[in-house]
Amino acid sequence: MNDVSKSKLHGLWALTNRELKKWYKAPTVFILTLIQPVIWLGLLGNALNLGSLVSSSSITFPADLASQFTPQQLGILNDFFSNVGDQILQSTFGTTSYISFMAVGMIAFTALFTTMFSGMSVVWDRRLGFLNKALSTPVSRAVIIFSKVLSAALRSMFQAAIILIIALPLGFQFGDAFTPINILGVFAFLFLICLGLSSLFIAINIRSTRMETPMAVMNLLNLPLTFASSAFFPIERMPDWLQAVANVNPLSYTMNGMRQLLINSTIDYSQLALQYAYVGIFAAVLTTIGIVLSWRFLNK
Amino acid sequence: MSEDAIKAEGLTKVFNGSLVAVDHVNFSVKHGEIFGFLGPNGAGKTTTINMLITILKPTDGKASILGYDIAKQNHEVRYSIGLVPQEYTADEDLTGYENILLCADLYGISREVSKKRALELLELVELTEFKDKKVQTFSGGMRRRLELACGLINRPKVLFLDEPTLGLDVQTRAATWNYIKRLKKEFGMTLFMTTHYLEEADALCDRIAIIDHGKIIVVGTPTELKDSLGGDIITVGIQKDVDITGLVKKIEHVKEVKKENGTYMIKSENGEITAPLIIEALRKEGHVVTRLSLTKPTLNEVYLQYTGRSMRDAEESGESLAAKRFTRARFRH
Repeated sequence: MNDVSKSKLHGLWALTNRELKKWYKAPTVFILTLIQPVIWLGLLGNALNLGSLVSSSSITFPADLASQFTPQQLGILNDFFSNVGDQILQSTFGTTSYISFMAVGMIAFTALFTTMFSGMSVVWDRRLGFLNKALSTPVSRAVIIFSKVLSAALRSMFQAAIILIIALPLGFQFGDAFTPINILGVFAFLFLICLGLSSLFIAINIRSTRMETPMAVMNLLNLPLTFASSAFFPIERMPDWLQAVANVNPLSYTMNGMRQLLINSTIDYSQLALQYAYVGIFAAVLTTIGIVLSWRFLNK
Repeated sequence: MSEDAIKAEGLTKVFNGSLVAVDHVNFSVKHGEIFGFLGPNGAGKTTTINMLITILKPTDGKASILGYDIAKQNHEVRYSIGLVPQEYTADEDLTGYENILLCADLYGISREVSKKRALELLELVELTEFKDKKVQTFSGGMRRRLELACGLINRPKVLFLDEPTLGLDVQTRAATWNYIKRLKKEFGMTLFMTTHYLEEADALCDRIAIIDHGKIIVVGTPTELKDSLGGDIITVGIQKDVDITGLVKKIEHVKEVKKENGTYMIKSENGEITAPLIIEALRKEGHVVTRLSLTKPTLNEVYLQYTGRSMRDAEESGESLAAKRFTRARFRH
């Protein structure tokens, strides 16, 4: 046994890379995961373009009212309303560009889906016998689980970068407070949320031998996680009961934190610290639960 | 080193507190032996293997591999064993070579060593020319051979083969038998295999255990098991309709004579020696022998003798079976 490493982490990168290769070595899957956010941005970003509701072009003065002003005064008024519109957007979304607001939501949304599929791949590994094969080798049980989590996190980070790049020509605007270093902060948020979500979904899936049950459970979780969050609309404008849900949703904290880093004009550091803490605790708790559950199940 | 490569003592697995999948099983496998594990679907084969390869913890009893306790020293066990699973576990998007390297990484084998070994193993299973092809282009036989190569990457002392020739064509099956024989002969490896093909067990295994309802019914060499049935069957027909039962019974080695539809079924050990004696004895008495056949018992007969003829549920793992019975039980209440 001299030619083998005694590290407890051996196999982690091999198993993570195995997950990643299934994605980047399969061109169709790879391209589809890149196209998906474009379609979401293009469709939702334009269909739900809340920004257009308050732009000056959506406001026209009634003719009898307009006739009482000189053209110069009208121009000032137009500017005024346009300004008010921007201010409404700014105070509601933290930016005057709705697509920027949406794009950040999209990043978190993509992370949600990526972790979900990563969780489901456990069922495949079981059905195809790979899980048993891996369990019969000296690779640590925690490494088997953690490789899934890690691959989901890495994929999400890559996809986030792609979404930002695609969103730029679609009108994405970085906030005044943005510096390139903030991208690292965004990755930190993504890593933490993926850690938590991925562990959650793996824990749901680890006992299943069929796809149907976990699919149903995850579809059920998916909707509230997405819409009871700040993905498309700020929480403050939601009805109270929805706010209650959205306020405990870790995705909201992730998105709000990422928006501070990317598109807001100022960064409230105490808020940012709170957001990191919340997502961090979520990740720590769920990773612990996920690994403990998986450990117990894999060591039957 | 311990005397036995594998030793199970009172090995038991109970699922959900009530379904006894494996029931106080005792057996031992000697070093360098090919040991066959036969039994109907749901008999406890997979559960036993899963305990031995440290995937499942035994509920009771113990087992050791090369002297390492499967429960307490599972890390050592895992380093010493290889597994060739029933399923095709290789990743389709990776090449054969990459798949073997992945297996090597799970054992923490350094890249330098694993690259060399992977090439050797590809050579052994005759996949060298396909090493850089994606596995999705492989045929069933090629995939099976790749699984074999993966199972050998850590140079295991004990190799577990779960139905290694399931669904293979005759040529590939013959080739696989050859690899298995070579592993035993050239590397002195101990092999523990399950199979549903009795002629395969007969051709390969030094000893066989038949398991049913979680209990081992019989263990022995293929010859011992076949002999346990009481010997060969000689079928004799004569021209005249007279009873020769008494006459035949006197002949040496003859154990049992039964008359069926005008022919005589004679049970005897060493049928090829007894048959000429029977003809001679009958001729002396003036009988004309019109037909004669000799049937050697196969493992098929042995197997059916011990496990009965009733069919079992389709292949189910102990776990899913347990789950099913559990739900059924709940519905009944």
